[in-house]
Amino acid sequence: MGGVKVLLRNPRREVEVAGPVGVLPLLNKLGYKREAVLVIVDGSLVTGDSTIAEGSEVEIRPVISGGAVETGPVATPPPSP
Amino acid sequence: MKCRVCREPAVIEVRRHNAGFCQGCFLTHCRNQVERVIKEHSMIAPGDRVLVAVSGGKDSLALWDILLGLGYSTDGLYIGLGIAGYSEDSGGYAERFAAEKGARLIDVDLPRDYGYDVKTGAAADHRVPCSACGLSKRHIFDRAALDGGYDVVATGHNLDDEAAVLLGNVLHWDLAYMARQRPVLPGGDGFPRKVKPLIRLGERETAAYCVLSGIDYQVEECPMSVGNRQLGYKDALNAIEERSPGTKSAFYSGFLERGAELVAHADVDGRESLHPCSKCGAPTTSRETCAFCRLVERATSEQRRRIPMGTP
Repeated sequence: MGGVKVLLRNPRREVEVAGPVGVLPLLNKLGYKREAVLVIVDGSLVTGDSTIAEGSEVEIRPVISGGAVETGPVATPPPSP
Repeated sequence: MKCRVCREPAVIEVRRHNAGFCQGCFLTHCRNQVERVIKEHSMIAPGDRVLVAVSGGKDSLALWDILLGLGYSTDGLYIGLGIAGYSEDSGGYAERFAAEKGARLIDVDLPRDYGYDVKTGAAADHRVPCSACGLSKRHIFDRAALDGGYDVVATGHNLDDEAAVLLGNVLHWDLAYMARQRPVLPGGDGFPRKVKPLIRLGERETAAYCVLSGIDYQVEECPMSVGNRQLGYKDALNAIEERSPGTKSAFYSGFLERGAELVAHADVDGRESLHPCSKCGAPTTSRETCAFCRLVERATSEQRRRIPMGTP
């Protein structure tokens, strides 16, 4: 058996935690907001009320993108004074 | 947790709807949300040719997939930004998606086609990288849409993007930007119509849509966006959302329903004072060259200064 392997992104790294562990306690422990990530266990998405069994492979995938391109303004704004 | 629709086990919860969904019902939910937005805001008319702005990330690929599924006539446009260790990967995701779907992907590459990369352009034009990137993309999307005879450009801005931009505009009371923060920017005067069909889906939903649809996308974040202001606004909104699910959606949809008309008077988009750029012909408020041509000029000068012509 063994613990639960957790893949983290940005930067990509792996940590191991003791199992079984609930999804929300895991996110709290690792300092993630649940609105900001997906939790994928053995290749499948899981909900926040799920429990992760020992020996599972988990990915905590961030979903927040930065620097989205705005489509406005439509014209070049005037230079700042 | 059970699926709200079919009572099968749920794979994702959407807390602002106080609901869980199974795979099939979630994908249907996403498509329905996009279809509803397109109809509500008259974004795409029957027979319109749509150019989808594709980055290789979750939002743009989810958008393209959904529009294809809804039967719209779409091509994708990918812009390579010349960001080492990032742009090659993002382009690969876009190309593989297009190939799998049998869809047409137009590829523009800043270094190859314009002679600069975003990092150099930002430094040369004294902008932050996201600003140089945004300016470049807007210009190239507009040009490609008009040259290619597309009726509309669709972008992957989602609910989180729009709520974060709105928060930033409110914090600075930037009424002119608020007045222009609309799901549809009309075309004309040298601009294509631009639409944001994902405004009812949060980015957690677009990411889940990709995972559940088997769409491989670039998970890694753009290294140039680290620390940008919008990420801070998203973080703040997510902290509120954590305690009060639905706040983000109420903030943005409330703005569209009740706030936008209050700031409409501030919409001075400058179209009445536009002139064609003396170099590329794109509309600009400048009497001479447009901001994009100035950026290209400065960036390519900087590139030449760093690597003199003829250097092996």
